[in-house]
This record gives sequence, C-alpha cells and structure tokens, in this order.
Amino acid sequence: MPILTQEQAKALLTKTLSYSKAEQCEINLSGADSGNIRYARNSVSTSGGTSTNSLVVTSAFGKKSGTATINEFDDASLEKVVRRSEELAKLAPENPEFMPFLGPQKYGPESPTFSESTAKMGAKERADAVQASLEQAKANKLTAAGFLSNSAGISALMNSKGLFAYNKYTNVAFNITVKTEDGKGSGYATKGYNDFTKLNAEAATAIAAKKALSSVAARAVEPGKYTVILEPTAVAVMLENLFFDMDARRADEGRSSMSKPGGKTKMGEQLLDERVNIYSDPWHPELPTAVWSGDGRPQEKVNWIEKGIVKNLYASRYWAQKTGIKSIPTPGGAIMQGGTKSLEELIKGTEKGILVTRLWYIRPVDPQTLLLTGLTRDGTFYIENGEIKFPVKNFRFNESPIIMLNNLEELGKSERTVSAESNINYILPPLKIRDFTFTSLSDAI
Amino acid sequence: MKRRNFIYLAGVGAAAAMFPAIPVIGNEIPVERALEYIDPAVKKILSDVALNAARSKGATYTDVRVGRYLNQFVVTREDKVENITNTESYGIGIRVIANGCWGFAATDKMDKDSIAKAAELAVAIAKENGRLQSEPVKLAPQKGYGEVTWKAPIEKNSFEVPIKEKADMLLAVNDAAIKGGADYINSILFMVNEQKYFASSEGSYIDQDIHRIWPTFFITKIDKATGKFETRNALSAPMGKGYEYLNARAEDKIQTASGTLYKGRYDMLEDAKQAAVQVGEKIKAKSVEPGKYDLVLDPSHLWLTIHESCGHPTELDRVLGYEANFAGTSFLTLDKWESKKFNYGSKEVNITADKTETGSLGAVGYDDEGVKCGKWDVIKDGILVNYQAIRDQAHILGLEHSQGCCYADNWSNVQFQRMANISLQPGKQPLTIAEQIKNVEKGIYIIGDGSFSIDQQRYNFQFGGQLYYEIKAGKIVGMLKDVAYQANTQEFWNSCVAICDQSDYRLGGSFFDGKGQPMQVSAVSHGSATARFNKVNVINTARKI
Repeated sequence: MPILTQEQAKALLTKTLSYSKAEQCEINLSGADSGNIRYARNSVSTSGGTSTNSLVVTSAFGKKSGTATINEFDDASLEKVVRRSEELAKLAPENPEFMPFLGPQKYGPESPTFSESTAKMGAKERADAVQASLEQAKANKLTAAGFLSNSAGISALMNSKGLFAYNKYTNVAFNITVKTEDGKGSGYATKGYNDFTKLNAEAATAIAAKKALSSVAARAVEPGKYTVILEPTAVAVMLENLFFDMDARRADEGRSSMSKPGGKTKMGEQLLDERVNIYSDPWHPELPTAVWSGDGRPQEKVNWIEKGIVKNLYASRYWAQKTGIKSIPTPGGAIMQGGTKSLEELIKGTEKGILVTRLWYIRPVDPQTLLLTGLTRDGTFYIENGEIKFPVKNFRFNESPIIMLNNLEELGKSERTVSAESNINYILPPLKIRDFTFTSLSDAI
Repeated sequence: MKRRNFIYLAGVGAAAAMFPAIPVIGNEIPVERALEYIDPAVKKILSDVALNAARSKGATYTDVRVGRYLNQFVVTREDKVENITNTESYGIGIRVIANGCWGFAATDKMDKDSIAKAAELAVAIAKENGRLQSEPVKLAPQKGYGEVTWKAPIEKNSFEVPIKEKADMLLAVNDAAIKGGADYINSILFMVNEQKYFASSEGSYIDQDIHRIWPTFFITKIDKATGKFETRNALSAPMGKGYEYLNARAEDKIQTASGTLYKGRYDMLEDAKQAAVQVGEKIKAKSVEPGKYDLVLDPSHLWLTIHESCGHPTELDRVLGYEANFAGTSFLTLDKWESKKFNYGSKEVNITADKTETGSLGAVGYDDEGVKCGKWDVIKDGILVNYQAIRDQAHILGLEHSQGCCYADNWSNVQFQRMANISLQPGKQPLTIAEQIKNVEKGIYIIGDGSFSIDQQRYNFQFGGQLYYEIKAGKIVGMLKDVAYQANTQEFWNSCVAICDQSDYRLGGSFFDGKGQPMQVSAVSHGSATARFNKVNVINTARKI
C-alpha cells in the first residue's frame, strides 16, 4: 500500500473524527513501507519487506482517557475503533497528569525529510548496493557482514480541537563490518541518509576495509588515562546518553546527572567546556527532522548546551505547566557544533594518543555521574608524533560524557553519523579528549 | 541484551523518551479479546494457502507461522497508574527456499489472496537474492509431526485477571515502598501470550500456547543533604509462568542474612518493603576499596553473567560470523570445540542448554522451524562440548538434527538462531549459601543484576549488581557501594570453586535479549545456584562531576 498523501490523510482523519462522541478526541495516523537485506560471510543471509499502517484513536472524558488502534480503514472499522477508545476511556482510572489536547499550532516550514529516490527503492536496488559492497570486500580478500534497510512513511495527527499535522519521511541505513581472512583485523562503517542517492555502499565498504587491513596484528598497550581522538560514530554513543538525560522532570526530582542538591537543577550552569555547543534544528539541511512532535507541539530550533552552559531541558506538557518552564518536546536529532579540522589534522596535531574509531556495548554504570562503560571495537590505533604508528588491542573504558566534555582538547569538523546503539542520526564532530579512562584490555577483534 | 526498548516502555531510566522511539508492539485491544483463541483448523487452512502458493512458484521448502502475539502491561509510579496497554499482533510470516536461497515475506492481511501474494513475494525475494548467495542453504532433516499441540503448564492465565486487580496490586507495592522511605518508585507488570501456529512443507502443523510474566520495580532514594541518590530494582525474575508467579508460598522464599530471596514465585510487596530499607542502606554504604575479591554471586545476579559470557558465545551463528556486523562473533571458535579439551571453566562448571525446563522463558514444545525441543550439555566438567544450532547450521557440527534454537519475536520477522535457556548446574555436594559465605576470607556477596557490558567476542566483561555485601573472615560485615567487577570469561569461569546444591537452584532471565538486524527480542532464562569465584578484579565506579 503506497503511503498516504496529505490530502488522503486529512480526509481519512476527518472521517474518523466525525464518529467521535467523546469530550475530546485525538487521532494519530502512521504508515510505512520498508525493506531490508542482511549479509554475512560474503553472502546474503536474510531479507524481507513489510508494509504497515496504523490509526491510533485517543478519546477523553475529563481526566479519563482511552486509546484504541486499528489497521483496517473501512468505514465500519473506523467507527468501531472510535467507539472502542471511548469505552476504554470510560473504564480507565483518572489520570491527574492528563492534559487537554492542543488546539491549532503554528509550525515552521516543511522540512525536507522525504526523498523520492528512497521511496522508490525495492529488492533490486538493495541487492545491487549489496553486490557492490560484496565485490569490494571480495576484491580485497576480506569477509563482509552488513545490513541495508530503507523505509518511506508518513505521520499525521488530527484532534477535536482543530489541530492537524502531517509529515512524510524516508530513511536509508547502511552499516558494514569487514574482517580479514585470518580474523585478525576488523573495520566498520555506518551511514544514514534521507536520500538513497547519497549512499555509496562501495565507498563505505572501502572505509571499513581499510580499517580492517590496518588493524591486523594489534599490540597490547597498558590501560590507563590517555588522550583519545574519537571518530563521530564513537562520539555519538557517548553523547547520546547525555542527551537522553536532559529531561526536566527527572532533573527536578533529583535523580539525574542534571540534578543538584536541594531540588535544583543544572539549568544555566557551566556544565561543560565552553567550546561545547549542542542544539537541534528540524531544518538542518544535513539532518532534516519533523517540524512537530507526536503530541502536536511544534519542533523548533533549540539550544540545549550553549558555550558549555545548560540552556534547556525537555519536558512533558504536564511537567512544563506544573513547574512553569517552557514546554519543549524531545527533538528528532541533535547537532554538535564542530571546528574546522579534519580527522587527519587532529591526528597530525597529536603527540601521543589513541584513535578510537568505534565504541560498543555502552551501558550506564552510575546515573548520578553518567558514568558509562563499554569497549573500543573495529580498529583502535596508537598515535605518536602526529602519525598512526600501529593498531592496538581493544580497551574497556569507564568514562562519563560530562567528564569527557570537560576534558576537551579539540573539535574537528562535524558530519552526519549514526549511533550503532540507538540507530539515531546525529551531526557530530570527531573529538580530541584528554585523560579518557581505559580500565582493562580485551582480546576481542 | 537490549534494554532501551523496555526503558522507553516503562518511562523510567536515563533514556526516557528523548527521542520518539517507542516501539510498536502491536495493536491495542480490549482486555477480553485477549482471551479468544483462534481455532487451529482456521490456521491450518491459511497455512495451506501459503504452502501451496509458495510451492507453485518454485519454492523447494516453505514454512509458515501464523502468530497471535498478545502483550499487556500495567505501568505505575508512586500513587498513579501511568499506562495500561493491551496489544495484539496477528499475522502470517512465510519463509521459503528457492534457488537454494532464503526468502521471507509477511502480511497482516489474513485473506487467502493476500497470503498467496506474500508467499509469492517471499519466493521472488529468494530468487532476486540468489545472485548474492555463495552456497545453497542446507537443512538438517526434519520429519513432519502431523497435527500436534503444546501448551505452557500455567496455573492461572494472567490475561484472565482483571486489570483493576493488577493496578491495585502495583499501587499497594508503591505505597509500601514510599512508606518505607523510598522517594520514588516505578512499578510494572508485563504479561505476554504467544499463540503460535507453525506449518511446513514437510508435514508439520504445530499449535502452541506460551505465557510469560514479569513484575518489576525501580526504587530511588535521595539524600537531601548531599543530593546523592541510589536505586534498588526488584529481585524478581521474568518467568514462563502465569499469574501464579505472584502468589509466593513459604517454600518459594529463601531467608538469608541480607534479606529474603525468591525461588519459583515472587512476593512483590515484601520485596518492595525490604528494597525501601536497603536503598537507604545503600546511600550510607562504604565505597568499595578496589582490588581482588572472592565473589559470592546470587542467582538473581549470576544469570546475566551466564547469559553474556556463556549463552551468547555458544550461539553457533555468532561463532560462524552471521552476527559480525551487529551483536558480534565469539571467542569459542570451532577449533576449540573440535579439540575436545578447551577448558572454558573449572571442573565445577557444567552448563546445559535446555528448551524444556518448566517455568523457564525459553520453554516450548517445538521451535519456530518445527523442531521438537530438548536438553544438551554445552560445557561439561569445564570443557566446551557443544553449541546452540538450528536446521541450516546443524551440518556444520556434524549433527543429524537441529537442536531446536530457532525463534522469531513476531510473525512479521524472520526466525533465526536464538539462545536456549543456558544454565549452570548446581554443585553435587551439599552446600548452603551460609556455608558459601562462611568459607570466604575477603569477598563480596552480590545480589541482583545491574550494569552489564561485554565485548563483541565475549572475552572482557564488566558487571554491577543491586546489593553488595562485604565478607570478612566468613562473615557479612556491612554493605558496599560503587562496585563493579571486570574479568575475562575464561579466567572467570576457571576461578569458579564452589556452587551451592540443588536446593538453592533458581532461575533468572531476560525478557528483551536483542539480536539481529532488524533487531528482534527474545526471552530466555538462566538457572544457577549461588556460586563462588576466587580473586576477581573489582573496580570502584564512583566519580565526581
């Protein structure tokens, strides 16, 4: 089933809303066509395609609300789902935190989240991209394992207060791990775009291949505190844990890294090095995201960290109203302002250090300090006198992104990257950090 | 193991909803609809449509899964019910071999026409991908079982218990925790019913009814003066059981010097009361002195170490490289298995794979490619003797049959190799928890699972817990905090010197073990008795920001 146009979505939602007898009614419509192909050992393993559509109806009477969902769109089904949500609302306990639905909102201009090239992708386009990747790996006598997925979809929202919102989007994700035949070298690359034509699977495979070939015969270096250069993919998995912790309620409640004694928060405080600027922007040309959030609030450009100072925390509508802060929804992505230097230039300016190309299996250790643990993976290198000298064995680290961004030496040029932990896309620079804490060695390749 | 999905659902933890990534588990339905059961005769008719359509398009093998996946979760915090959700996901997944290559397609349109089209798409995908295939799929032989059924032996279907009763129970738990001194509590009751029907071109028609339950909570206490906070999570285990899991009897409780532990069934109210006290003790606890300690690990903690350091590296798809791009590979390479002398652990260490253990999360009659499930040794007297395999891998181990480890988390996802229940067998000599502790000179007794991380080949790991007790000269002398241990898998399991006896054997487990791309979750249990590991490296995790 092709994805619905704005007019089709509006007509469907208007019709559904016409069945409502509740005090308030809000309907979310979503639909996506997606496909994927997976390969390993230089051969395809699994692949598939799915098409889904879903209509979520929430009815409310006072502070009681009920939600029902359906994926059949004939008139009888639409009426049935509205009635069911009303029945559930009447049975539900009162939720003191229930907020009335929003009225019409003013959103910014449409963001270019949709690409025709991605929407047209099928099994053949995916197989062609994978074939190019496999040929590249085989030509270098390497073993590749990778995954390519694409989706095209819509989200729309309408409620009884007169709010309507619509967005269509496409995504393509490609990631690959390449190993040498003897298994002693491993490299990784990951790419995410809205527009499939920007994906060069062959070039991404070449990056992974280069890392695999140059990481063979890694030497053991004593764990301890090192100056590190983190590639953007490694930066992503550290920094997103800081982004995830910027919730106003948890900060106010005293149970996050954004809390201070006495029920205060770190809002307005110098938390990080003054060169740290983190923001979100739905209209960023390299990372376009929806201009409205799932509950209908507008998504705007938000400065989260400015010159190292915490400028904003996100909050639910209920919490914002209760505490009198600005009601900011969680953003669709995050951007960290970078510098002008390339990764190579950062390496060139480093006397002694470790180049970390990827971090993996990141888990929180202490929520108070945001201490995280995890490991380096798929290519870690020793830098001396501005040059990569030799590959080193992987390390386990225990480090906090807050401590890390206070030990900032230098920022490189920002680029779009993907978190291998959450699959969220970001724009982040490579970072040079002093005193990054490695606590043990790993034999893993 | 993937926890983020769960954290999003529960609305707790550091990752609560920065990004709109709440997973769609299924469509919401009224409670009573969960009690309907689809007639296997109907599922057989639908399956035959898919089997015939795939064969007519050139499939040499086809299997069909008609699945109805029901979830119910009740989410509360303090004195509020935050969310009650019932979801249903119903549809059909069709997997074929054509031109020696796998193909898969799925649909939730359950009319014969849509099913036939999905079967045709699966064949078309297999044929398109044939050009990327290096060698044809080779399946271990599997006889058809005809029409058979399997039902989890539960006592009380969780979906029959009124929602109000569940919400009231959680609110009572919250009330007890707050009255006991906790500042915040989130509590959740999670229930799953998988109604799965499997049919294959080899003549199996298998109808199965599977139930799982997981009650849990997260308590936080803040020291107002310093702003320091500590948390204590529930000591429950997700189980392959019905609502009877929440009706603990005297024989389900183990009394220890550090509180009550649970075996088989769980007393949530009692645990919340003791958690509220313990979280206060955690705030005042001594920060650990880093160094080597003998660790005494409770099954509520050890399950996760078993999961990560034995369950995952013995998965054959990892060993072969199929997960190289995501979950990782394994240090337990085939040459180590072939040598028949790779000492994974000490002689005390016997680890089994078991898809049949009653009450476990992984227990089923047949796996998701129609193989009857069983039990086998993975580590025998410390030596690596076997892996976990499915039909298209069995030939690599010289096996004539699959070990029945195939699973898909939904009809819409393709089945692949997933972990069986992997459990450490109890010690053969009588040994109690008290005796274990009495024998330790300088050690730490760890209860409950906490932070966890392991490398992609499963060598280096780091684990935290919920409660840490310092042992000096055979006695518990007080609580510790800021504890995590780091070790190498082989060294760790070779440092295992004593395991309590069968009477202490308990199951822990995970509802959300993540693997594959697109990622799928699976639920799996890990049993053990309290075990001792000598001279493990403990680090101090306290930092200042």
